[in-house]
Amino acid sequence: MYTLTIFLPLAAAIVTGLFGRTLGDRNAQLLTCGAVGVSAVLSILIFNQVALGGEEITVPLLRWIESGPLAFDWALKFDTLTAVMVLTVTWVSFMVHVYSIGYMAHDLSKPRFMAYMSFFTFAMLMLVTADNLVQMFFGWEGVGVASYLLIGFWYERPSANAAAIKAFIVNRVGDFGFMLGIFGAFLFFGTVELDAIFAAAPERAGETFNIFGMEVNAITAICLLLFLGAMGKSAQIGLHTWLPDAMEGPTPVSALIHAATMVTAGVFMVARMSPLFEFSTTALSVVTLVGAATAFFAATVGCVQNDIKRVIAYSTCSQLGYMFFALGVSAYPAAIFHLMTHAFFKSLLFLGAGSVIHAMSDEQDMRRMGGIWRHIKLTYAMMWIGSLALAGIPFFAGYYSKDMILEAAFGAHSVVGQLAYWLGVMAALMTAFYSWRLLLMTFHGKPRADEHVMAHVHESPPVMTVPLMVLALGAIFSGFIGYDLFVGDGRAVFWAQSILVRDGNDSIEAAHHVALWVKALPVVVALAGIAAAYVMYQMAPEVPAALAAGFPRLYRFLLNKWYFDELYDRIFVRPAFRVGRALWKGGDGALIDGVGPDGVAAAVKDVARRVGRLQSGLVIHYALAMMLGVAAFVTYFVIGIFG
Amino acid sequence: MTGFPLLSLVTFLPLAGVAFILVFARSENPELVASNARNVALMVSGATFLLSLFLWFGFETGTHEFQFVERLDWLPEYRIAYHMGVDGISMFFVLLSTFLTPLCILASWESVKDRVKEYMVAFLVLETMMVGMFCALDYVLFYVFFEGVLIPMFIIIGVWGGARRIYAAFKFFLYTLLGSVLMLLALLALYGLAGTTDVPTLMTTEVPYRLQIWLWLALFASFAVKVPMWPVHTWLPDAHVEAPTAGSVILAGVLLKMGAYGFLRFSVPILPEASAFFTPLVYTLSIIAIVYTSLVALVQEDMKKLIAYSSVAHMGFVTIGIFAMTQQAVEGAVFQMLSHGIVSGALFLCVGVVYDRLHTREISRYGGLATNMPRYALLFMLFMLASVGLPGTSGFVGEFLVLIGTFQANTWVALFATTGIILGATYMLYLYRRVIYGKLVRDEVRVLPDLSGREIAILAPLALVVLWMGLYPLPFLEVMHASVANLIDNYQAALGHAAPAGGA
Repeated sequence: MYTLTIFLPLAAAIVTGLFGRTLGDRNAQLLTCGAVGVSAVLSILIFNQVALGGEEITVPLLRWIESGPLAFDWALKFDTLTAVMVLTVTWVSFMVHVYSIGYMAHDLSKPRFMAYMSFFTFAMLMLVTADNLVQMFFGWEGVGVASYLLIGFWYERPSANAAAIKAFIVNRVGDFGFMLGIFGAFLFFGTVELDAIFAAAPERAGETFNIFGMEVNAITAICLLLFLGAMGKSAQIGLHTWLPDAMEGPTPVSALIHAATMVTAGVFMVARMSPLFEFSTTALSVVTLVGAATAFFAATVGCVQNDIKRVIAYSTCSQLGYMFFALGVSAYPAAIFHLMTHAFFKSLLFLGAGSVIHAMSDEQDMRRMGGIWRHIKLTYAMMWIGSLALAGIPFFAGYYSKDMILEAAFGAHSVVGQLAYWLGVMAALMTAFYSWRLLLMTFHGKPRADEHVMAHVHESPPVMTVPLMVLALGAIFSGFIGYDLFVGDGRAVFWAQSILVRDGNDSIEAAHHVALWVKALPVVVALAGIAAAYVMYQMAPEVPAALAAGFPRLYRFLLNKWYFDELYDRIFVRPAFRVGRALWKGGDGALIDGVGPDGVAAAVKDVARRVGRLQSGLVIHYALAMMLGVAAFVTYFVIGIFG
Repeated sequence: MTGFPLLSLVTFLPLAGVAFILVFARSENPELVASNARNVALMVSGATFLLSLFLWFGFETGTHEFQFVERLDWLPEYRIAYHMGVDGISMFFVLLSTFLTPLCILASWESVKDRVKEYMVAFLVLETMMVGMFCALDYVLFYVFFEGVLIPMFIIIGVWGGARRIYAAFKFFLYTLLGSVLMLLALLALYGLAGTTDVPTLMTTEVPYRLQIWLWLALFASFAVKVPMWPVHTWLPDAHVEAPTAGSVILAGVLLKMGAYGFLRFSVPILPEASAFFTPLVYTLSIIAIVYTSLVALVQEDMKKLIAYSSVAHMGFVTIGIFAMTQQAVEGAVFQMLSHGIVSGALFLCVGVVYDRLHTREISRYGGLATNMPRYALLFMLFMLASVGLPGTSGFVGEFLVLIGTFQANTWVALFATTGIILGATYMLYLYRRVIYGKLVRDEVRVLPDLSGREIAILAPLALVVLWMGLYPLPFLEVMHASVANLIDNYQAALGHAAPAGGA
C-alpha cells in the first residue's frame, strides 16, 4: 500500500509520457487521473493508520549509495508529518488532475501535460517520504524539474521559456545552500540519515566546527544552509522572484505546484528538520525574520498588481511567509496546519481564477474584466469562499490556522516573535484588501472587456467546477475539523515523534493563553481591509488612481515589486554574459591561445623563415620548436636535481 | 602469465578486425567495400564489448589487487615486461571504451561517406589503444598506448573533420606533444631510479622528495593537457568542433579520462608527497576551470563548443575529487568520469543528430525542435538534465560524491566548486531552450524528421545507463571500494599520518 501510493503516479507518468500518442488523449487523462485518484484514496488509509493510529513505519526499497562511511537507501518513511503531507498532496493533485481535463480541453498535447503533472506528484511524494537528506534532495530537484517543464509547457512562448529557466536557476541558488547543508551534516554527524541525525542532535548541541575558515556553531550553520534551500523553493524574500513569473504556466500548474504543494516543500523541510532547528535559536530567529519580512513584503506588492494570477501568486508568497515565521517560533504544527488549509483555499482561488480566465477568453488583466459575476455565479461563489478563507474570516479554514500562527508568534515572547506578529497583522490587513480588490475588480462594476469577449463569458463545465466544489469544502471545513488534532489539545498525541518542540519553546501552548485583543485583532484588521477595498473599488473608484498619482514613487516601487528583478538583472544576469564573453574572447582567445599555441606557431614560422627554409613540413617546425623547449627543460631539470 | 588472457583478447580483438578488413574488404565496388567495412567494424567492436563484460562478471570486489593479470617478458634485459591487469579503478574505463566504440561506429553509419574503410580501421585501432592504455601495468607499455591513442585521433580529426580541421589537429598535436615529451622524461627518470618500469613495483618505490616534485610537474604537464585543465584547455573546443561526431564522442568520452586516470595511476600513488604539495595548485586550477569555462559556455554560439566547454567544467570536479583524497571524493571522481563519458558522449551524439540533418552547429539556426522532433527532445532533455547533475541521473552521483568528499577535506574548495551546479544549470538550460523550445519559424527546421530507428538504437542504451547509474549506482561503486580505499591508505601512510580507510 505504502509503495503503491507513491509509485502509481510515476508509473502513470512514464506510460503516458512515452506512449501518449498511441494511448490517445482520453486514455492518457483517465490513466493519470485514475492513478493519482487511487493514491489519494490510499492516502486516507495511510493517514488513518499512521497519523491517527500512531503507527510509524519506514519501508526500505533499495540501497542507493555507499562510499566509505557514507551510506543511504531509497526508503519511504511514514510518520504523522508525512501522512498529512501525503494526504494533502494526493488530494489536491487529484482534484487538479480532474480539473485539467476541462481546462486543457483545447490544448494539443494533453498526454504530455498529464504526464508532467503525474511526475510532479511522484516527485513531491518522494520528497515528503524521504528518510535521508539526499532522497529529500532527489524529490526536491524532481519537483523542480517538473515545475520547469510545466512553467515552460507552452514552449513556443518566449516568456514561458524565460520564466521556466528563471524558476530552475533561482531554485538552484537555494539548492546550492541545501547541498552545502547536506555536506555539513555529513561532516558533523557522519551521516545523512534523518533518524541518526536527530538522535545525535541533543548531545551535540552547542558544538562548533570549522567551515569556510570560521569556527561556528555546527547546528546553526547546517540549519541556515538548509534554510537557504527552503527559501529558494518556498519563494522567500530574496529568492522569490521566480514565483510570480511562474504564472506563465497553465493555471492548474499554478494551483498545484505554485500554491498548494511544491512551494510548501521548504516549510515541510524545516518542520521535518525540527529536531535540528530546535537546537539553534539563531537559526530559528532567522527563519522568523525572513518569514515575517516575506509576509509583509509580498502583501504590499499584491495590493497593486493587475494580473489576476500575479495577485494570487504574491498572496501565496505572503502566506508562505506566515508559515515560516510560525516555524521560526517553534509553532511547527501551526505551520503545517496552515500549509494544509492554504493548500485547499489557495488551489481553490487559482482554479477559480482559471475558470474566470477560461470564461474571459484567456484574459488575465483585471483592468479588462468586471461585471461578470452574473454570468459565472458558481465560480463567483467559489472565489468568495476562497477569499473568505484566505482573509481569515471566522469559521473558514484560514481563520483557524492563520490566527493560530499570529497568536503563537505573539505568545513566543521574543523580540522577533513580536515583530512577526505586527508585520503579520499588517499583512493580514493587506491580504483582505487585495483579496476583495480582486473580487471587486474581476466580478463587479461595469464590464471593461470588449463585447466580443463578454458575449462569450460562460460557466465552466462540471469537470472543472466539481473539483472546485470539493476544494471549497476543504476551504470551509478543514480548519474547524483539523484544529484540535493539529494545534489543539490532541496535538501531542497526533504529532507524536514526527515534530520536536523543546520545553520552553512551546509557543502553541502560549498561544492558547494570549490576551483577547491579540486574538481579535487579525479579524478586525481583515474586516477593515475588506471595507477599505469596498470603499476604493466599489463606492469611490477614483480613489486608487488618486492615491497612485499622489504617491507616484511609492506606487512605482510597489508596482515594480521593490525592483528585485531589475537589481538581479544588473548584478548577476548581465555581468555573467559580459564576463563570459570577455573570458572567451580575451582569456581563451587573446591570452591563452595568443601566447600559447597560436603564438608559438607564429613564432616558429617567424623563426623558421629567418633561419632559412630548411624544411617545408609544418609538423617538423612545430616539433623543432618543441624539441628546443624540451632541451631547455632538460637542462633546467638536470640542474634542478643534481645542482 | 596465468589463466585465460582475457585482457589481451579484449585489447587486440579490434586489431584482428582491422586485419580482417584490410585483407578481405577489397573489391572493385567502393559501396561494397564501405558496407563490408562498416559491418565488420560493428561486429568486431560489439564482440569486444560483450567479451569485456566478462571482466565485470569475473571481477572480485573484495580486493584491491590487480586482476586478470598477464605478464610476458618483453625486454628482459631492461626489466620491461608486457604486463596487463585491471583493478577497481581501471576496469570500468575498459568497459566505457568498449561500450562507446560500437555506438560510435553506428553513429558514423551514414554520416561518413568518404574513405569508409580507413575510417573504420582508424576507430578499431583507436579502440585497441584505449583499452590497452587502461590495462597496461608497465610504464613503457602504458606510454606506447597513451601516445598511440593520439595517432588515430589525430587522423580522424585531420581527415574526416570540418573546415578548420587542420588548425584543430595541429593545435591538438601541439599541446599533447608538449606533455608527451615531458612524460617520457619522467619515465626515464623513474626507470633510472627503480631499474624497472613495472607499475606495481614503482608504486612501492620511494622517490626522493625533490625528484618527486620535478617528476610530478612533468607528469602534470602531460595529464593536465589531456584532462584538460585550465589554462591548457583551448585545444579542446577546436578539436571538438572540427572532429566528426563519433570522434567527439570518443574524445569527450574516453580521451579526456586519460589525464585523470594518469593522476590516479601514476601521480598520486608513485609521487604522494608531491601530490600533497601540489594539491592547492590543482584545486585552484580546477575551480577556475569550473567557474571560468561555465561562464564561457554560457556565451557560446556553437553547440559543440558549448558542450566542449562544459566538459572542461565537469572535469574540474574530477580533478578536485582526485586530489581531495577522501573515499567519497575519489570514488566520486571515478564515477563522474564514467558518467561524463556517457553523458557528454550522448550530448555530442545529440548534436550529431541535428548536424546530420541541417549541417550546422550554430545554435541560432535551430529552435522549436520540440514540435517536430519530440523523441529527440525527450532524449536530449534526459542527457541535458544528467549533465546538470539532476538526482536520479548518473551526473548527480558523481558530482555529489566529489563535493561531499571534498567538503570533508576542504570546505572552501567545496563551496566554490558547488557554484558549478548553478552555472552548469544555466548554460545547459539556455542551450536547450534555444534549440528545442521556441516557435518553429524556420522552414528548413520544420521539415526535419524525428529520430530514426538507428539513432534511437544508439541513444537508448546510453539513456538507460544514465538512469541505471543514477538510481542504482551500487554495482559500480562496489567495484571501486577496495582499490580506492587502498589508494588512500597508501597515500596517507606515505604522508606519515596513517588515517583509517575511508576516514575523512
